[in-house]
Amino acid sequence: MDQLYPAKQNCKLVSSSEETVRFLLDYSKSLSIVSSRGMEFENNLN
Amino acid sequence: MELQAEDSTLIRNYLSGDERSLEILINRHNQRISSFIYSKVYDREITEDLFQDTFIKVIRTLKLGKYNEEGKFLPWVMRIAHNLVIDHYRKSNRMPRYEGSPEFSIFSIMQDDRLNAEKQLIQDQIQSDISDLIAELPEDQQVVLQMRMYQDMSFKEIAENTGVSINTALGRMRYALINLRKLIEQNNIVLTN
Repeated sequence: MDQLYPAKQNCKLVSSSEETVRFLLDYSKSLSIVSSRGMEFENNLN
Repeated sequence: MELQAEDSTLIRNYLSGDERSLEILINRHNQRISSFIYSKVYDREITEDLFQDTFIKVIRTLKLGKYNEEGKFLPWVMRIAHNLVIDHYRKSNRMPRYEGSPEFSIFSIMQDDRLNAEKQLIQDQIQSDISDLIAELPEDQQVVLQMRMYQDMSFKEIAENTGVSINTALGRMRYALINLRKLIEQNNIVLTN
């Protein structure tokens, strides 16, 4: 059976770190979109 | 189907200001998206970078109100990740990545020529000492030495600029160096880095 799935080793399961997830959540909180005169401006508030 | 419905609910909640919904979405799909990226790049650090870039795009698109694929959140995110993997390989081809081996290190032929902080201080001190020594020379010798050493002028150019013959310019340079050596010996100055 093993020979039927030679690519099994390519299917390694990995997850991105908590640090990366935390960065993304902080990025989301800091990003605000402001609309003015039909245009949208992105702001990053620290 | 239930999972997709939950995703769309979470997106709606997120767009209403519930940041916790985003956290659930990221954590829910973290392993699938990271594993997908890893299966293409085989590098944990690059996987983290591309995962991060993927969700930065997701967050921006959602906040800009440009997301319109209701109920298909994961395939949409996977497509973004896939495009970023392609971009990554395009950039890698333009800028090949080098990995050393035990037999050969790139640093054996590459080095940073800049001085470290201590050597830079010594170098500055030497330059300062030399400036002081030059200031002790007769003015005609100072002029020739500065033109030759600091302005990189030829003796022909020095002669033309100072209105003397080439031999005189050469002679002034010779005496400038002799006098500098004398001053260095008399004052026991060490000019090495």
